[in-house]
Amino acid sequence: MDIILGIRLKESTLFATSKAFTRGISVLKATDDKTIDLNTHNMMAYTGESGDTTQFAEHIKANVQLFGLREGYDMESSEIASFVRNQLATSLRSRKPYQVQVLIGGANNEGEGFLSMIDYLGTRCDLPYAAHGYAAFYTMSLLDHHYKDDISLDDGLRLLKLCEEELTKRMPMDFKGLNVKIVDKEGIRTIDF
Amino acid sequence: MSINQIASKYAYKSTVNQELTDYNSTFSPITTSIDNLSPLISIPPINQPTDFLRAHTDDETNPDCSIKIAHGTTTLAFRFKGGIIVAVDSRATAGNWIASQTVKKVIEINPMLLGTMAGGAADCQYWETWLGTQCRLHELRNKERITVAAASKILSNLVYNYKGMGLSMGTMVCGCTPKEGPTIYYVDSDGTRLKGDIFCVGSGQTFAYGVLDSNYKWDLTVDEALYLGKRSILAAAHRDAYSGGSINLYHITEEGWNYHGNYDVGPLFWEIKEKEGSFNNVKG
Repeated sequence: MDIILGIRLKESTLFATSKAFTRGISVLKATDDKTIDLNTHNMMAYTGESGDTTQFAEHIKANVQLFGLREGYDMESSEIASFVRNQLATSLRSRKPYQVQVLIGGANNEGEGFLSMIDYLGTRCDLPYAAHGYAAFYTMSLLDHHYKDDISLDDGLRLLKLCEEELTKRMPMDFKGLNVKIVDKEGIRTIDF
Repeated sequence: MSINQIASKYAYKSTVNQELTDYNSTFSPITTSIDNLSPLISIPPINQPTDFLRAHTDDETNPDCSIKIAHGTTTLAFRFKGGIIVAVDSRATAGNWIASQTVKKVIEINPMLLGTMAGGAADCQYWETWLGTQCRLHELRNKERITVAAASKILSNLVYNYKGMGLSMGTMVCGCTPKEGPTIYYVDSDGTRLKGDIFCVGSGQTFAYGVLDSNYKWDLTVDEALYLGKRSILAAAHRDAYSGGSINLYHITEEGWNYHGNYDVGPLFWEIKEKEGSFNNVKG
């Protein structure tokens, strides 16, 4: 029931993830962060089997950081997406696959936004907006309706607000609000939403 | 060439044994083998140990199963101005059978760290004492006490290695270090590791959350906090059939943990009912 949302904008990428961490019938934490910063200009939002999610995210982060140290330059968004897809596809053919769905986003060298969704089967799709789980059912129609190419950050945030309102109105469970992060050429930052 | 020679030629050989032999012949005064370097765990001689375990321990699908793992519990830990309170019940159940009323569900990992026990009693007991040895080794290697974050991560990485193989534990690693202050980490057997202020774990968690959340304030005094911990476990012991026995209370400060006694739920219930005028569903 986790909400994982991503919107690619003209010069940035927006991420929104739900703050609730649920185990069985209890919300164990209301300030959970389902995202991880991979390097200065790229991040990943994740959901899936508990345990697998954080282990996988930390594995990816470690490797992206290692690449940066070894080669002296950072991996780009699309390169990270290829790497993550490859890791998930390899893991799928192992004894115990990672059951993790991710969104990868960032700003590339030209300062353009990038967004890619990858599921545990290794299906990769580079999209202007994407969501995993039930959130997709509520927000995709909204985004299909209102999204335009090359929209500004302010318009993007307005769009996200629209999505949040719909989710709080129609989702059966309280997801404790959204964690919103922006990636642009300045780097990654969290904003009050 | 005989078939055995061909087989041995193409059979998979690990280089580990060769390396160890080389090591023995050149440096080591005593014989080293991979067996005494890593802990050994016996597994049943069958194809799928996980399926085997499930078939013999899953009470839900097979009520006649031969091994019933101790399960029901209520444990809680919360952070407040004066440190951390840890409170637990003491009942162990195996299926519908109350196996014990005097279980120690707080595991004293070392004088600074406490771990709580929910889920499989053996799993928690074994791996948390093991965690104690890892923490001591960290101390000896680094000349510094381990942080709660690091200790809990050792445990969560360990249980993640055994994911899907039948481990069952829900635990809170609690402690206080100069770097972190009072800290609680929730670690469970599917590999989840969460930092937080308030956690209740076990079959009675919802009942404990109910009392704890509604009376919790950061500025609680130590006595108020100890009472709240005790009262929350009592609420769970009253409503949850799988929790009960007695209550064990701990308080953690910068100086380490302090034991604050064992309270039998039987007399405690009537005492608190009279004092608070609560539990009015019960006529005394």
